[in-house]
Amino acid sequence: MNNGLKTFTNGILKENPTFGLVLGMCPTLATTTSAVNGMSMGLATCFVLICSNVVISMLKNVIPDKVRIPAFIVVIATFVTMVQLVMQAYVPTVYATLGLFIPLIVVNCIVLGRAEAFAAKNSVGLSALDGLGMGLGFTLSLTVIGAIRELLGTGNIFGFNLYADNYGMLIFVLAPGAFICLAYVMALVQKLMKK
Amino acid sequence: MAFFLIFISAIFVNNIVLSQFLGICPFLGVSKKIDTALGMSAAVTFVLTLATVVTYLLNLLLVKWQVEFLQTILFILVIAALVQMIEIILKKISPSLYQALGVFLPLITTNCCLLGVAILVANGTNKLPMALDHNLLTGTLFAFATALGFSLALILFAGIREQLAMNKIPKAMQGTPIALLTAGLLAMAFMGFSGVV
Amino acid sequence: MAKMESSLKNMLLSLTCITLVAAAALAGIYMLTFETIEQQKAEAETQAKLSVLAGDENGTPILVETDGFGGKMKVMVGFAEDGTILGYKILEHSETPGLGDKAGAWFQNADKPGQNIIGRNASKELVVSKDGGDVDAITAATISSRAFLKAINMAYEEFCASKNTVDSIDADSAATVMIAEGAEEDIIVEQAEETEAQK
Repeated sequence: MNNGLKTFTNGILKENPTFGLVLGMCPTLATTTSAVNGMSMGLATCFVLICSNVVISMLKNVIPDKVRIPAFIVVIATFVTMVQLVMQAYVPTVYATLGLFIPLIVVNCIVLGRAEAFAAKNSVGLSALDGLGMGLGFTLSLTVIGAIRELLGTGNIFGFNLYADNYGMLIFVLAPGAFICLAYVMALVQKLMKK
Repeated sequence: MAFFLIFISAIFVNNIVLSQFLGICPFLGVSKKIDTALGMSAAVTFVLTLATVVTYLLNLLLVKWQVEFLQTILFILVIAALVQMIEIILKKISPSLYQALGVFLPLITTNCCLLGVAILVANGTNKLPMALDHNLLTGTLFAFATALGFSLALILFAGIREQLAMNKIPKAMQGTPIALLTAGLLAMAFMGFSGVV
Repeated sequence: MAKMESSLKNMLLSLTCITLVAAAALAGIYMLTFETIEQQKAEAETQAKLSVLAGDENGTPILVETDGFGGKMKVMVGFAEDGTILGYKILEHSETPGLGDKAGAWFQNADKPGQNIIGRNASKELVVSKDGGDVDAITAATISSRAFLKAINMAYEEFCASKNTVDSIDADSAATVMIAEGAEEDIIVEQAEETEAQK
């Protein structure tokens, strides 16, 4: 039990995909134009992570070592396509905003990384917890960055207006703002972690 | 003229790394030295152009058989297989080139700009200037131009980082944060091109 | 259970099985979601048409595509029979995120007549005030605003053209422009040839 809890919190705090492992930078920068967008992307990735971790952990003994990477990729791509189809059917507006970055979950290093580093070696239950922890950790950091960029860029947070109508440092919603914002958040995390 | 604009648009205006956020991992990962950046750029240019052509043609089959939902799974497998094949062929016919590019090839499979560009071109959602038609020719040119844009950003960035390594940087900013900050300033410079095409 | 050996037979077998199961699972999900996806798409289009027509049954929805600041901009505009703008909806844009979204509300703000284009007659070309016209551009987004107004003007040209063709083909029916939800023929897609930069 203790072990499970450790696995779960590991992904959220110590080995946070964004700040600890520095993986999955593309969606982190591209989809965090607002808190909601960041959160949707995080949750979609979280779903894929849990499912692929569970299935790969179940199949780990029937997949020969030499073909494990292609086999993992097929499993991951299957779940990504499922997310794609389900999102298109039930949340088409979210799908339209995230667009290309949903199919690109396939090449998100976190998903393949966890499959290789964790799911291929551990039990189904632990792999599920690892997927959940990592997924939530990723969602958390994307939401935080999204919220900061939204607040600085448009004066809103989760769509609620905090400032006057015409406020906005647009640069934070644009490409350079993504890099700069992530740079400072990461520096802050590094500083706090050291202590 | 229109074809020329594809290049301007993909290299400067809609730079794949600095404005589309694709291929950030190699951009941050292999940009510590100009030499490695050059090697990576060459490998990406080669594979990206080839993969886009192959996946574009395969997508026509998917559409014909009405199984478009298999796109993601097929594309990533094709790209992985293609990278493997290139590795084997290079090893056989040009050991010197293999020495130069070999180490970068396995990394390329998980480079999201490959799958990203392949999907954009196959679905006809890549940004083409002057309302050009989406076909194999413009798609290939777009892929090639995008790869050049990636190379330009990567090499510029590597040059800056080489200089940066010699400077004193506050402890908390060392490593990824300062790299990201530099990329942000570079992205800001590239924003100056927006609206040109 | 012992780990599977990496023999050729095992490798082929396991990969084939995984791929087959994956394909089957996807086909299943695809069938389940197919109808909903189609419904959503159709509904989005009908919704857009209804909203741009603002309840006018004789209005015409026109779909135009133009080059904006960062790429294509797809706008649906509803015209009354005399060319008055009933409403508009931006279906797709690749403008700067914050700015492009603003255009969705900016030009139909009833409290600010300077920027509101609803109820104006499109026979008079719409131009931003910076270029000598009488429409106030979005703050700090003149180029996007120009692109948007160009789309509206283009839509009006299409509207006139479609009205003429319908008139000549169907002279008997007293020039009623047929509009029904879901009638594909009423939507005209026009590609913009010039880019914004050439202006």
